[in-house]
Amino acid sequence: MSGGGNLDLRYPIGGLFVALGLILTGYGIATSGNTAMYARSTALNVNLWWGLVMLAFGGLFIAMAMRAARRATRD
Amino acid sequence: MPVTHLTLVDYAVMAIYFAVVLGIGWVLRRKMRTSNDFFLSGRSLPPWVTGLAFLSANLGAQEVIGMGASGAKYGIATSHFYWIGAVPAMLFVGIFMMPFYYGSRARSVPEYLKLRFDEKTRTLNAVSFAAMTIFSSGVSMYAMGKLLNLLLGWDFDTSVVVAGGIVLAYVLLGGLTSAIYNEVLQFFMIVFGFAPLVWIGLRSVGGWDGLTTKLSEAAVAKGLPAEAYTHAWRGMGDASTNPIGVEWFGLVLGLGVVLSFGYWCTDFLVVQRAMAADSMTAARRTPLIAALPKMLFPFLVILPGMIALVLSGDVGAAGQGIIPPKFDASGVAMVDAAGRVVLDYDLATPMMLVKLFPSGMLGLGLTALIASFMSGMAGNVTAFNTVWTYDIYQSHIRRGASDAHYLWMGRAATVGGILLSLAAAYVAGSFNNIMDFLQLIFAFVNAPLFATFALGMFWKRSTGHGAFWGLVSGTLAATIHHGLTLAVGSVPGIKGGYFGMLNLYPSEMAQTFYTAISAFVTCLVVTVLVSLVTRPRAEEELKGLVYSLTPRPSDGALPWTQRPAVLALGILGLILILNIIFY
Repeated sequence: MSGGGNLDLRYPIGGLFVALGLILTGYGIATSGNTAMYARSTALNVNLWWGLVMLAFGGLFIAMAMRAARRATRD
Repeated sequence: MPVTHLTLVDYAVMAIYFAVVLGIGWVLRRKMRTSNDFFLSGRSLPPWVTGLAFLSANLGAQEVIGMGASGAKYGIATSHFYWIGAVPAMLFVGIFMMPFYYGSRARSVPEYLKLRFDEKTRTLNAVSFAAMTIFSSGVSMYAMGKLLNLLLGWDFDTSVVVAGGIVLAYVLLGGLTSAIYNEVLQFFMIVFGFAPLVWIGLRSVGGWDGLTTKLSEAAVAKGLPAEAYTHAWRGMGDASTNPIGVEWFGLVLGLGVVLSFGYWCTDFLVVQRAMAADSMTAARRTPLIAALPKMLFPFLVILPGMIALVLSGDVGAAGQGIIPPKFDASGVAMVDAAGRVVLDYDLATPMMLVKLFPSGMLGLGLTALIASFMSGMAGNVTAFNTVWTYDIYQSHIRRGASDAHYLWMGRAATVGGILLSLAAAYVAGSFNNIMDFLQLIFAFVNAPLFATFALGMFWKRSTGHGAFWGLVSGTLAATIHHGLTLAVGSVPGIKGGYFGMLNLYPSEMAQTFYTAISAFVTCLVVTVLVSLVTRPRAEEELKGLVYSLTPRPSDGALPWTQRPAVLALGILGLILILNIIFY
């Protein structure tokens, strides 16, 4: 029903956002003392915070895809 | 002199995104066995995927950039394009029209016209649609090359050719499925690339209250009522009290009925996404699922423009704010009749990205922007290769060939479509007027379309001759109306008035809306009159194609939360609430 053996799109989306989230979070941590760099984003370390949001979103998608796959093999 | 430059982390973000895009095409390459797989994804996709693709196929960069520009020009009233425009039309196509598109097993929108009316109506629609997709994909490429050159100093030729090459690769490999999957990916990229822009933007203008206070000042400075930029309906009683320059009647009928329904209900680019769904219910839910995020998009794409306007400070000054002034051919900043600097509103959203995002996020925002340019191209190319192969090649050039031959033709048409788009991008660069002219012609051709489809689906008496002559006369009516009218501040020529001067509209937008209205009404009247004097088709042949002769799709077996009608009513209620909040 979920697409007759089509690729579950939640894997690439989840994977992409986990990878991007890791990069931005890491970069945010590495640049956390740099006030000049974050002056333009209202002194908010947007790389760190948004990186974490993307990481959580990507993880959620992967978890959903894995759950669906487990359910499909059980049936 | 580029506006900014990227660092290693920005390139890393970009590289990962494109690796995933190409990877999806690579994984899907083995699934493309028949032409049905390649052009219609084997009608096998779940509705959340087709729904987000339905939304995303239209969410090209022109929309992101154009709506940001309109946000800076018109303020929150730009949301009419969503709340009066797109969403009601999307609900209508899902509830009332999808049963015929999906149920008739037509493989394209022009093919539905062939089944319902006749060959000549289909060919008229197929040829104009095919030309239009090439043209819009070329314009999208051109805009991308120019923008990347301006912002990053990238070479125009290289950006355009590389982007075209990536699109070609993933469409050739994975056909429509690949294009649709990448559209879904792009939807999330746009949301995650632009949501932080709104977040930081609002922080830098002092939140929503800060934004509305400063927008009131900006409105008064322009001679408009203080609430003009922050209320969608309050100034709509008269064209002179709102920044769009049109009154509610023209807005509701022109934008809300004619233009929006004409686009969302008849354009194969979006309808193709729903046709790829795995069941009738999924096809009907496709536009409804798309309508839900669409309803909230004003906050994502219009707000950056409004914030940019505020951050631009005193518009009367030299334009040192976020939005740069528009330059004429000799590099001098342009000034309007009142001596104010003319701003280049199309740069509002891109400049917000560049000025508010530090490196890292900058890579994400720019990748989202490039992704939307490319998916605009991919959407057009997948619609083009289908219409070319099924509606032009198979029906006029080579009938009755093997499926493998048409699959081959589809791939060849993909290559041809990309090459033609690139050619169109260069034409756009060298002859700007030709593109304006073509855009005008397409607007004339599209304006009457919804009348034809509405009569075809809901009036069994309408005939092929009626539909054909209705379309032709609708397009003529649009041309004549446009040629006899002009907007304040325009000179006769490409902006209208080439046949004389019958009426002066307060704005170009008003002129556009009334041009569409006259095309629609003419098409409706002519189709009805010609249909009444020509012979209708036997009712037996129209089963599944016309409302009164088709059994209603039954949703009784579905849990009520999944019924299309329930979903549509819920969205309608939310739209009403949004309109009341931003009244």
